[in-house]
Amino acid sequence: MSVREADLGRGHDAVQGDVILNVQSLKKYFPIKKGFLQKTVGYVKAVDDVSFYIREGETFGLVGESGCGKTTLGRCVLRAIEPTEGSTVFKDREGRVSDLNELDNKELRKLRRDIQLIFQDPYSSLNPRMTVQNIVAEPLICNGIAHGDELRSRVRQLIEMVGLNSRHMDRYPHAFSGGQRQRIGIARALATNPRFVVCDEAVSALDVSVQAQILNLLQDLQRQLSLSYLFISHDLGVIQHISDRVGVMYVGRMVETARTEDLFRRPRHPYTEALLSAKPVPDPRRKSERIVLQGEVANPAKPPSGCYFHPRCPYAQEICKLQKPEWRKVGEDHFVACHLADELTLQGAIGS
Amino acid sequence: MSIEMPNRNRPLAASIQDKDVILQANNLKVHFHLDEGRLKSVDGVDLIIRKGKTLGIVGESGCGKSVTSQALLRIVPKPGQVEGEILLKRNGGEETAEVVDLVKLEADGKEIRDVRGGEIAMIFQEPMKAFSPIHTIGDQIMEAILLHRTKDKKEAREIGLETLASVGMSNPKQRLDEYPHQLSGGMRQRAMIAMALASHPKILIADEPTTALDVTVQAQVLTLINELKEKLNTSVVFITHDLGVIAEMSDEVAVMYLGKVVEYTDVDTLFYGPRHPYTKALLNSIPSVTNRNTRLESIEGTVPYPMNLPEGCGFYSRCPKAQSGVCNAADIPLIKVRDNHYVRCLFAEDQNTGGEGQ
Repeated sequence: MSVREADLGRGHDAVQGDVILNVQSLKKYFPIKKGFLQKTVGYVKAVDDVSFYIREGETFGLVGESGCGKTTLGRCVLRAIEPTEGSTVFKDREGRVSDLNELDNKELRKLRRDIQLIFQDPYSSLNPRMTVQNIVAEPLICNGIAHGDELRSRVRQLIEMVGLNSRHMDRYPHAFSGGQRQRIGIARALATNPRFVVCDEAVSALDVSVQAQILNLLQDLQRQLSLSYLFISHDLGVIQHISDRVGVMYVGRMVETARTEDLFRRPRHPYTEALLSAKPVPDPRRKSERIVLQGEVANPAKPPSGCYFHPRCPYAQEICKLQKPEWRKVGEDHFVACHLADELTLQGAIGS
Repeated sequence: MSIEMPNRNRPLAASIQDKDVILQANNLKVHFHLDEGRLKSVDGVDLIIRKGKTLGIVGESGCGKSVTSQALLRIVPKPGQVEGEILLKRNGGEETAEVVDLVKLEADGKEIRDVRGGEIAMIFQEPMKAFSPIHTIGDQIMEAILLHRTKDKKEAREIGLETLASVGMSNPKQRLDEYPHQLSGGMRQRAMIAMALASHPKILIADEPTTALDVTVQAQVLTLINELKEKLNTSVVFITHDLGVIAEMSDEVAVMYLGKVVEYTDVDTLFYGPRHPYTKALLNSIPSVTNRNTRLESIEGTVPYPMNLPEGCGFYSRCPKAQSGVCNAADIPLIKVRDNHYVRCLFAEDQNTGGEGQ
């Protein structure tokens, strides 16, 4: 294996700081099969040449509309599904650097304890036949981390860490509310003491007051345990609140990544601008002049030519139909895939 | 204290006698008698719907906002029982209009069926459930038109086509003969709005119509509802859990908690001078750029199960200002704190500082 420390910063023009995860040109194509012989007639490009990096202790927010490939990207990074192409360079707790996509199952298993996942639906992600104690203990047993008395005390510690009462450890998931179940899911994810957690729409199923509890909890835990998050959500408000940097996806491609401030103040991609302007603001005195995009999200099985956004883009020009825009750096930590990024001055969500 | 104690039966100052009021709900209750006890899904709600205005109803899941809207149409699922008064001005709300109490009508009688879809129409969260999968969009829209507007099939088709075009449906002629599954989510939502509007209702009830949609499509649908409201002078009841959408859409807002309206005022006051602790906490728990890097003000605990509730304020167990012996002693009335601002809290008068919007 020829992966070195230097690979963590590769392809992003000298990234500053300690990078924990570097994703390069990641692709996931699902074949479309048809007919009796199940011939492959095309591909759904769910994730199409995506690159980004996450620093240690940082939250990288991933935002986009349904079907844009955010969840597939999250799963590919974990290698919960096998990516088609690309590399995912990860630094584990001992400082070793490896490309997750090149590891065999045995090596991957060892790394799994460093990378965990929190799911969206707290109802279907917990086994209804297992007690909370057993749910949280499972990753500890699977990874051979603890057993016996040690196991029980570690589980108790985890349950209390996420703000649940450890007296309720022997209850089943149905006895808990949505917010409490999400806490159980978080306790399970943190059981192995991971360094990197993918939160896939972790608060989307919750009411706003409970959502606030869980967001606070995730931020507290991040500080306590120095976690890095890949935070996937369709909700711009949540993304804005929790992320240090944000990536915007559209039909399988990353269109822009930037620091949260920069992205919301001065977006460089027309899709980001439209997304920011479409979000209803909880302030009746700011009924903004919004950009209402025409049409709907493109079909990833039959994407348009050139830039996928060009049929809906109010600024589109001839070149956008013909050429796929390059992924390029336009500022510190700011990358964008748009032909016109240098010419346009776009409107952010906060006063510029 | 200068609190004006309300008339128990009619706490709101406006009434159906006012010229611009088209519907008034008084002490509306929907109770479900179950084996485990009595589930008070809606428990004494007062609402006023004005002509050409939007009333937003906001609350978290299980607060009774959807059941309230179902009660207005008398489509509450069994064994729900509707009590109270729902006064509707029929015949378009002219001055000579006849006022009908919908609660007194038979739930499947002729008159209520005439109101449903005719005077009050509804759009739902999940358009796939509202449409029958085995009939074309055109047939389903025409059904409403044939019932309420004309008996002539050809004319009904014309009206259907017009309505589909008016909601911004691309290629309406072709869509008329398509089935619901052939449309995308946003298009289906447009088709449902077309179906609701085809019979020119006076009141449009929208129950979380954009919750299942992406933000860019949501923006399209919200703009559409506002445009149609302007054009047709329809009153809208907009139900959602999203305070951003409330700010965007409403003229007046009712905040619901555990089957009761806890705060009722115009949209500006709600965001800039809320008085109820629940409203304040709700506003402060929205993540946004102004409270970045700070902790969100979450509400401790969870909503109690609305069965066999104790006396007193429903928010008692989670309220930072709660006082034992005061808040949990008796049910709290809806108190008028200012013109057109009603709050169900005993300390509403002391909380002049108000929670800031943004």
